[in-house]
Amino acid sequence: MKGWKQLAIGGRIEEAGNSACYETGSWRTFRPVRDESKCTHCLRCWIWCPDSAIKVKDGKIVGIDLDHCKGCGICAEVCPPKVHAIEMVEESQFSEKEKK
Amino acid sequence: MVSLKELSKREDLLAPGHRACAGCGATIIVRQVLLAAGKDVVVGCATGCLEVVTTIFPYTAWRVPYIHNAFENVASTISGVEAAYRSLKRQGKIKKEIRFIAFGGDGGTYDIGLQALSGAAERGHRMLYVCYDNQAYMNTGIQRSGATPIGAHTSTCPVGEVIPGKQQYQKDITRIMAAHRIPYVAQASPSHWADLVTKVEKALSKNGPSFINVISPCHRGWRYPMEKTIEVARLAVETCFWPLYEYDEGVWRITYTPKEKLPIKHFTDMQGRFAHFRKHSDLERLAQEEVDMRWNELVALSQLGKKDAS
Amino acid sequence: MKSVAKCKVVAVTGNDAVAEAMRQVDPDVVAAYPITPQTELMHRFAEFVADGIVKTEFVLVESEHSAMSAAVGASAAGARVMTATSANGLALMWEILYIAASTRCPIVMAVVNRALSAPINIHCDHSDSMGARDAGWIHLHCENSQEAYDNTLQAVRIAENRDVLLPVMVCLDGFILSHTLEAVEILDDDVAREFVGEFRPVHNLLDVENPITFGPLDFHDYYFEHKIPEIVAMENAKRVIDEVAQEYARLTGRHYQKVEKYRTDDAERIVIALGSTCGTAKAVVDELRDKGESVGLLKIRVFRPFPYEEIRQALKNAKSVAVLDRSMSFGAQGGPVFLEVKAALYNHLDVPLKNYIYGLGGRNVSPSQIKVAFEELKHLAKEGTTSDQIGFLGVRE
Repeated sequence: MKGWKQLAIGGRIEEAGNSACYETGSWRTFRPVRDESKCTHCLRCWIWCPDSAIKVKDGKIVGIDLDHCKGCGICAEVCPPKVHAIEMVEESQFSEKEKK
Repeated sequence: MVSLKELSKREDLLAPGHRACAGCGATIIVRQVLLAAGKDVVVGCATGCLEVVTTIFPYTAWRVPYIHNAFENVASTISGVEAAYRSLKRQGKIKKEIRFIAFGGDGGTYDIGLQALSGAAERGHRMLYVCYDNQAYMNTGIQRSGATPIGAHTSTCPVGEVIPGKQQYQKDITRIMAAHRIPYVAQASPSHWADLVTKVEKALSKNGPSFINVISPCHRGWRYPMEKTIEVARLAVETCFWPLYEYDEGVWRITYTPKEKLPIKHFTDMQGRFAHFRKHSDLERLAQEEVDMRWNELVALSQLGKKDAS
Repeated sequence: MKSVAKCKVVAVTGNDAVAEAMRQVDPDVVAAYPITPQTELMHRFAEFVADGIVKTEFVLVESEHSAMSAAVGASAAGARVMTATSANGLALMWEILYIAASTRCPIVMAVVNRALSAPINIHCDHSDSMGARDAGWIHLHCENSQEAYDNTLQAVRIAENRDVLLPVMVCLDGFILSHTLEAVEILDDDVAREFVGEFRPVHNLLDVENPITFGPLDFHDYYFEHKIPEIVAMENAKRVIDEVAQEYARLTGRHYQKVEKYRTDDAERIVIALGSTCGTAKAVVDELRDKGESVGLLKIRVFRPFPYEEIRQALKNAKSVAVLDRSMSFGAQGGPVFLEVKAALYNHLDVPLKNYIYGLGGRNVSPSQIKVAFEELKHLAKEGTTSDQIGFLGVRE
């Protein structure tokens, strides 16, 4: 950790958005698992994720950022009932290797 | 009207890795506001949940310039930033068009920050003030605020043997701000993202102060399962507990009318902070009457056309 | 003292003199709220704004707390910012004073010293600025309106020096200086402006290409480290204050230091004071010297950072010293100035000291009161020890 001589003036933070380096994924007890075959890319999960953890590219869902996803389950909840593309699965079900 | 697809191509200006609770309504709101606003903004934040979770040194979740000063003064702080911008622009030292957005919780807006907000509105600064209203002082442990609705349980007005929760109605801050005759005032909900985005765009286009009050469900303080944040917000709207409307250059307009106005029960039954309503039906009745009265007033105002009567 | 640079002499009040300096500095933003006896300072400045003489964006906020809040916001946005207040206005913005200093905003504020309530009193004492002495601001005190003008210009240079970057309050006695007419030498505009220089922003909140986060939350792992640079900056201010004064002296012929020694070099009995009382005290010193008494006045101009070395140097030959405080620190063994002077001498000099509280709530300070202090110093010199008893000048029993 930095000593006082290395800190920016007045306590300010000069690296915008560097919270991305802080991995809140370890908070999860449930992990969202998305079925690509069912997903209609309606983007509801994306607009309603509190943690910007739904990855999108060219208007399509391409994955979930497991470094940061806290497992709140909003994405699974807002996915249209007829589509039901996201399932919340217990984190403990995933092996150490798969765990983030 | 921008589509979700279009919006999804914009840069997310709130980075992940912030320490908001899983399922936090406030960060959803901020993401939506910034998607609407774009990167040429300066954000101010009052002390509170949003400020704390997004700026724990040495980390910041903000991908736009951001200033936090104290609890009650985001409106006056952003007034100063905006005044500096006006001054430097007039002197030719800045050319870029920049907009200013102040975020405050209900505590920092309805209560301790009301003076600064009122002053800023009266002075006419070109700034948007967004209140993320979770209806209590959440960051310090769920204490009642001027925004806490009647009957709600909070840690400073708990449901006890003698006094069952908050005994006062919440302030109508949106109407108070409309009474300042500023160009744009609105209520929004993250559940109705298109309505929210449109309102932010409208607000930022005005050459003066604007205010948007956004309901921000908090599963810690309201006691509901964390995945239900958007559902709870949606029900707030569908019960008219949280009507979506705007006051645009003096004209009142309801921007979403529920097909069927649900009884407040649909909203309160989902939340632990109203669990005692089952035992205290009189409180539920008072809450319903208040919702109905405010909704009816709003309907009447919206029928006034160009005349305003805030 | 005769100026070497172009200037003119005008009859102005202290408030006007500061307003003149502000006009010449022409800050980007001023955010202020009215309070007696600062008000006319702002009225004068408001006229400059209305006449288009300054480029300042003038934000007429709805309270002093908002004044300092807006000032911090504007400073963070890269603007040169000034403001002014008094008494309870300063007290109201107290929380933000600390924030202005610790976020390193080089704001310059005139504090027209007035007593803090209660009872409410609009007249001069130093309880307001003394109440804020731990906030991290630099404090300059003025003996007369010339000093008010000179200190305001120097304050901008001190605040904005890259080794300092701390806010500065220029303290002038309410009504006594703020509202009385004196002859003041005002530098020509171009001379003043060249001295003050162009503002180089410290913070650039408006740079949307390189976004900064200003005012984060610290846990216990970083707060301490964030405070040290502030301490260092205040230390650096000692040197910078003198450097700026030297440059100002070359310009004006007026030599400012952290303390002013008035006939103290060979004085046996010395009185220490701040502000306009020094003018009265100098007259008393002259009168007593004419009678053959060995007396002197030590004026403190810079209260923060406190000039410990200069005080020790000035008092080293004194036989007894009286410290006049125009405010009290309740529960302490004397007023703020006395406590600082005592701390300066501990481990260094063994001069008997006595504290006098005087002039609270604008109580007039007459030469006879100061003579009382000088008289009692004779006994103190004989006793040879510091008196723990606080004296009160000019109060009815």
